[in-house]
Amino acid sequence: MSHILILADISPSGDVRGDTQALISAAAQWGIPVAVATVPPGAGEAVATKLGALGAEKVFIAENEHAHTALTAPQLEGLTQAAHQFDPQAILLSHTHDGQDIAGRAAVRLGAAVNADVVAITKSDNAFTTTHSVFGGSFVVEASANGGAPMIITVRPGAFEASAVTAVAPEVTTASVSVDPAGAAALGNVHATGETSSRPDLRTAKKVVSGGKGLGSKDDFVLVEQLADALGAAVGSSRAAVDAGYAPQTRQVGQTGITVSPDLYIALGISGAIQHRAGMQTSKVIVAVDKDQDAPIFDIADYGVVGDVFTIVPQLIQAIGERQRQQV
Amino acid sequence: MKILVLVKEVPDTWGERKLDPASGRVDRESVDPVLDEIGERAIEAALTIKGSDKSTEVIVVSMSPSSASKSLRKGLAMGATSAIHLADEALRGADMLLTAEALSVLIQNEGFDLVIAGNESTDGRGGMIPAMVAEHLGVPHVTFLESIEISGNRVSGVRGADSGMVEVSANLPAVASITERLPDPRFPNFKGILSAKKKPYTTVTLAELGVDAARPVSSVIVSSRERPARSGGIKIVDSGNAGRDLAEFLAQNRLL
Repeated sequence: MSHILILADISPSGDVRGDTQALISAAAQWGIPVAVATVPPGAGEAVATKLGALGAEKVFIAENEHAHTALTAPQLEGLTQAAHQFDPQAILLSHTHDGQDIAGRAAVRLGAAVNADVVAITKSDNAFTTTHSVFGGSFVVEASANGGAPMIITVRPGAFEASAVTAVAPEVTTASVSVDPAGAAALGNVHATGETSSRPDLRTAKKVVSGGKGLGSKDDFVLVEQLADALGAAVGSSRAAVDAGYAPQTRQVGQTGITVSPDLYIALGISGAIQHRAGMQTSKVIVAVDKDQDAPIFDIADYGVVGDVFTIVPQLIQAIGERQRQQV
Repeated sequence: MKILVLVKEVPDTWGERKLDPASGRVDRESVDPVLDEIGERAIEAALTIKGSDKSTEVIVVSMSPSSASKSLRKGLAMGATSAIHLADEALRGADMLLTAEALSVLIQNEGFDLVIAGNESTDGRGGMIPAMVAEHLGVPHVTFLESIEISGNRVSGVRGADSGMVEVSANLPAVASITERLPDPRFPNFKGILSAKKKPYTTVTLAELGVDAARPVSSVIVSSRERPARSGGIKIVDSGNAGRDLAEFLAQNRLL
């Protein structure tokens, strides 16, 4: 069986985070999953045990004192060394900022092809084909790579689900990797975003409630948050609402913001400009409430309500509350 | 200080963009081509640095079809010093590896203190060109910045991370990429538009860079299809009970 490397995302406190488990599950379908983790010296054993519990048959621990103080360079070095040792058929990383940077540099360094922002992978005749959702889901593209292994693949966060695994005692390799800190960016203070909420992450949420210009003011945008909380949903926003200052840019759903694909997307006071639709049109169920009956959002909504969000949404929240109380 | 800004011409995101079904490549005829907005923001970031140090050179660099000169001229009209246009038919459909290598040779030849790019283009959205270019050039990358400043021999900024915002900094020369959270780009004024015509504008080819478009390794598109357009479903006009009706709809679809 061939090796499939996955880059594990390890927090400074040694937790395995992000889509690491989903990537290990995916890799196990096609070969021997090898998790690569870069940690400060001495922290490897505990991390290896955690990765084994997630199904990693082999773990490559790269130790470097700058693991959490230099930007991606130690992880790149660890991944490169692991690639030389295991001669993998594919390398899977999460399509996050760090994952994109490491994949890009590793592709150049290893002379490997890279297929980015992948939503599905198939393997046949010993070759991988990756599926990409392009232009906000308007097009589906399949791609592969010429020129042999390894193929580097970055996976869109949330696209793969972690499957149940049998915990294993992994075969652990520990190596010390060296990095010149002057050749990498240094990480400094971390500032909490201030958006401390119990709400799910917008990118991977199963439900999203977004507000648009139709909310009318920043104060009234709270209605969007109230419905989101009633549903256990993430809060999004149209670009127009961001430009008007109702919501921060971090919540912008659209072609130039975040692309979401939840089970339920509720658009409140959003007309549905093409730019916005490109960021949410692959949602499974789309609900829209807007006072303009000709709003383009209704062309793609499974359930559209023409009316005033300020009367409809409070009634909806109340009805949801009543149902939830009945269920208890 | 010499800043090279990487920009790209893309189909306008406010239009109905298409892929060519045969090749899977971007159909550049279907929608008006524009200078990618994230690239305009990158130019703005460079011009802001130039604003505090007048000796700064801002050079707009683009690998794009030969017809893309209007986009580069816009960068000059905004205030860039000069433009370099890498235009070569052999680059049509280039993957990120080839793109990054060709740009890196150009950048190396030109010389630089800082390269600034958008974090990802609105068409490809791979978001790896800045890191790939940094690897080719053997310099640090500081990517996905939401602010950027130069202090002495270092570039620094704030980058979005899982745990919040993290401060990052690197020695120059370096490659930086910026996100949509940077300030809106300035509009070219009349004086800028007039002076743009007189600014240096160089066109280069792959042969001049000594880069071979034929690759031992590449990403290839296997197939491309348009997803069927979504159609509208139920549409009601509120007559006083729409909130309750909507709750019923959600409950029936197991979405509560």
